Amino acid sequence: MSKTESLQGSLDLLVLKILSRRPGLHGYAIMTAIQILTEDVLRVEEGSLYPALHRMEEAGWVRARWITKDTGRRARLYELTRAGQRRLAAEESRWQAVSLAIDRVMRMA
Amino acid sequence: MSWVSRVVNVFRGDRLNREIDEELQSHLEEAREAGRDPAEARDALGSRLRLREASRDVRLVAWLDSLRADAVFGWRQLLKRKLTSAVAILSLALGIGACTSAFRLIDALLLRPLPVSDPGQLYALARQVVDFDGKLHSSGDWAYPDFELMRKAAGGQAELIAVSYADRTDLTFGSDEEMEKAYRQYVSGYMFSSFGLRPAAGRLFTAADDAKPAAAPYAVISYNYWASRFGRDPRVVGRTFRIGDKLYQIVGVAPDGFTGTEPGTMIDIFLPVMMHPGVLHSDWEWMRTLARIKPETAMEPLRARLDATSRAFEEERAKGFSGMPKEEIELFLRQKLVIQKAGAGASDLQDNFRVSLAVLGALVALVLLIACANVANLMTAQAEARAREMALRVSIGAGRRRLIQLVLVESSWMALFAAALGAAFAWWSAPLAVGMLSPPEDPTRLFLPMDGRVLSFGLVLTVVVMLLMGCAPALRASAVRPASTLKGGENPRSRRRLMHALIAVQAAFCFLVLFVSGLFVATFQHLSHQPTGFSATGVLTLETVASQPQLPAIWDQVTEHLRQVPGVESVSLASAALMSGSSWNNFISVNGAPPNSILAYMLSASPGWLDTLKIPLLEGRDFLATDAYPGAAIVNQTFARTYFGSQDPVGKPFVVIFGQGQQLKFQVVGLVGDVTYRDAREPILPQTYFPFHQIDARGALQPLAHGTFIVRTSGANPMALASLLRREVPRARPGFRVSNIRTQTSINESHTVRERLLARLGLFFGLVALLLAAVGLFGMLDYSVIQRRKEIGIRMAIGAQPGDIAWRVIASVLTMVVAGAGVGLALGFAVARYVQSLLYQVKPTDLAMLAAPTVTIFAAAILAALPPVLRAVKIDPAQTLRSE
Repeated sequence: MSKTESLQGSLDLLVLKILSRRPGLHGYAIMTAIQILTEDVLRVEEGSLYPALHRMEEAGWVRARWITKDTGRRARLYELTRAGQRRLAAEESRWQAVSLAIDRVMRMA
Repeated sequence: MSWVSRVVNVFRGDRLNREIDEELQSHLEEAREAGRDPAEARDALGSRLRLREASRDVRLVAWLDSLRADAVFGWRQLLKRKLTSAVAILSLALGIGACTSAFRLIDALLLRPLPVSDPGQLYALARQVVDFDGKLHSSGDWAYPDFELMRKAAGGQAELIAVSYADRTDLTFGSDEEMEKAYRQYVSGYMFSSFGLRPAAGRLFTAADDAKPAAAPYAVISYNYWASRFGRDPRVVGRTFRIGDKLYQIVGVAPDGFTGTEPGTMIDIFLPVMMHPGVLHSDWEWMRTLARIKPETAMEPLRARLDATSRAFEEERAKGFSGMPKEEIELFLRQKLVIQKAGAGASDLQDNFRVSLAVLGALVALVLLIACANVANLMTAQAEARAREMALRVSIGAGRRRLIQLVLVESSWMALFAAALGAAFAWWSAPLAVGMLSPPEDPTRLFLPMDGRVLSFGLVLTVVVMLLMGCAPALRASAVRPASTLKGGENPRSRRRLMHALIAVQAAFCFLVLFVSGLFVATFQHLSHQPTGFSATGVLTLETVASQPQLPAIWDQVTEHLRQVPGVESVSLASAALMSGSSWNNFISVNGAPPNSILAYMLSASPGWLDTLKIPLLEGRDFLATDAYPGAAIVNQTFARTYFGSQDPVGKPFVVIFGQGQQLKFQVVGLVGDVTYRDAREPILPQTYFPFHQIDARGALQPLAHGTFIVRTSGANPMALASLLRREVPRARPGFRVSNIRTQTSINESHTVRERLLARLGLFFGLVALLLAAVGLFGMLDYSVIQRRKEIGIRMAIGAQPGDIAWRVIASVLTMVVAGAGVGLALGFAVARYVQSLLYQVKPTDLAMLAAPTVTIFAAAILAALPPVLRAVKIDPAQTLRSE
């Protein structure tokens, strides 16, 4: 792992957000999307992505389906559910509140 | 979606694994296509096994999954050892089944609330008195006039309800030839509304049916009777039937499930209490008094008020007791009224069997505990064989909790199978046990549902059994120390200590069961071999009714006719059969002295009655055809001793004093041997027999409507003649009808029904307990011989004698058996006083009572120890030591 920030608790938020913009991504694509969008600042620990996706699936925020690609391999694509959209909204506003608060502290100091 | 899918995923675990693997694989492929180095991508992803586990845990219910895995594993373990598993399951099944069966019986008879509204508010009134010998007598018998007074005294606080004892009666919907039997109960009309019952058809009784005596010739039939006798025909309402000379009209059907207030008897026909012939008699106690008492009522003031009312009634009545000894009157008036809970109804069967069933329940519970100890020992022994497996599990990271779960799941497999088999056993055996509660001609009819109550009992029992047999091995397994076990030698002593303790427990319980059942068997032996003074074998008794009272000469004609029937040796006539339950007693006065306080018991009999029953005539003569009542009397030895002392009674006069002050004179014409009048348990009663022919004050012979023919047959089975005799009676004289035929033997045996039940079931469970304990001991010894093969081999190699070896093998176990038997003995003495009331001429401290279980247990122990000991002394040291 290079000098990139670990995602800690915000992995759910990023995954939900990305899936809300671009439904039907597989795990690898989600991971790449995070790296590209954050310009490599944030990097997903590849191992922790799948348990997180499966957890969100069990929670009913995302749903998955299998497709067969042109190469003949199967891939598992994820997309947001209604519950996932509500969750995303909640997570987003929570995140904004937190980052605003941190921002305020930074400016004061 | 979530928890359902997670539960579902538990049962499609393989597919889940494949999907997760495939997804991870697809991730790596993507990485390769993106130009990354495959090895680097694999490293970045991390351990796929760990990832799979992490994903699995979020996608299914982890504990359920581990449970499923353990269940599969436990099932395989069970199959691996088919024989031992089968033995374990069978013994547990027997225990669980017997316990459930006992519960069904106890619940149905004693606990189950009557199907009425608020059964918790239902009580029964009884009277108790401590007699001069310090014995407590309790009676629930009441006279209707007394009841009426108490009902008024209770006011608004309690509603008193009169219900007669259930009885079996003859009735007919057509002619006399179509007589049939039905169970009847007289009840207060308002009972139905008070119980919140609604008719299934027609109407039920109301308070209007209680208005005045003999004015409401109506009947309500039970749903059960409606279904079985009439196929639920709604036209039954309005039909009439006849009991004796009274006609009744059916007005309605009681709701399904309500079969009267006497558990053990299912009522067919309810009649208004006002139709009972005793309703105006102050001295005729033929009914119970039930009470519905509101929950907030203060009991003691209510009780005191009822007590005072009833006492005033009895004091008034006692003024008319001329001729009754003073102390008897005093005892009679000392009775105290008590209010007892009766939510489950009130019946004699309950009183008779309350203690017996509790004791039997305790016995089967002990048998179940023995079976549990057995299986626990078995599993502990097997845990030894699996110690390495357990150690391995611990060392690769299985938690202790998981190991406990593993063993408990295995034991719940066994408990589950045992419960299923046990349920079948209970289903089959409970009705069988009910059949043993009463003599065959008057069977107990008990509603025995397999409902929620029984099921929840079975369920709780199964869980308890699972924990009892699984806990010890589970804790053992979880306490395994991998370091020493995997090295190959955990100290086996600690394991053996547990097994030894279980052996001691088994021996103690086994002793207790054998001891108590020994008491019951001895009681039954004593009672059934108690001499009755007359010969019952081959004797039939025919209770006979004449549609119109007939003169004695007509009865004699029928007697004569029956004598001509082939296979009949002799026939005589009596007012009732001996020991049949009918009883007639009065006080006796000799030489004008005040009456003796001892009651004399009476029976009328025709000439030849002594011969038919082979009662020895000691002095004087039998009745002659010319003898009549009142006048001649035959007395037994106890009568002679009681009232005439050492004098020769023959030729002496005595006076019988009747309750209303009437006195009749008799002269003794014969002295006969003592016979049992009522019950073999009580001492021989003073008895006097009177001629069957009765004359009134003017000397005219009196017609009679009832009599019992006593018939001695020559064949081995008197019942073979029953149907022939039943036909011959009306042929001899139209209008005569046999209402009941019983052999004298079955009458005698009906008094020992409870003792027979206790002896039979006690013996059965005693044997089962012994068998289980022996099997347990055998298993334990066999295991320890295998365990100590090495040690025994070394000992033999350095010169130990077979005797030493045998002693070494059994010494510790024998000690445990001795210790257990000692504890069992102490327990036996402790519980003996609880069963004292069920015993007859048996003292728990008798040497024979103690010797029998002791000898049996040690004989069984030695027998069980024999094969393992033989195996031990046959060990070939060379071979054993080489193989290690």
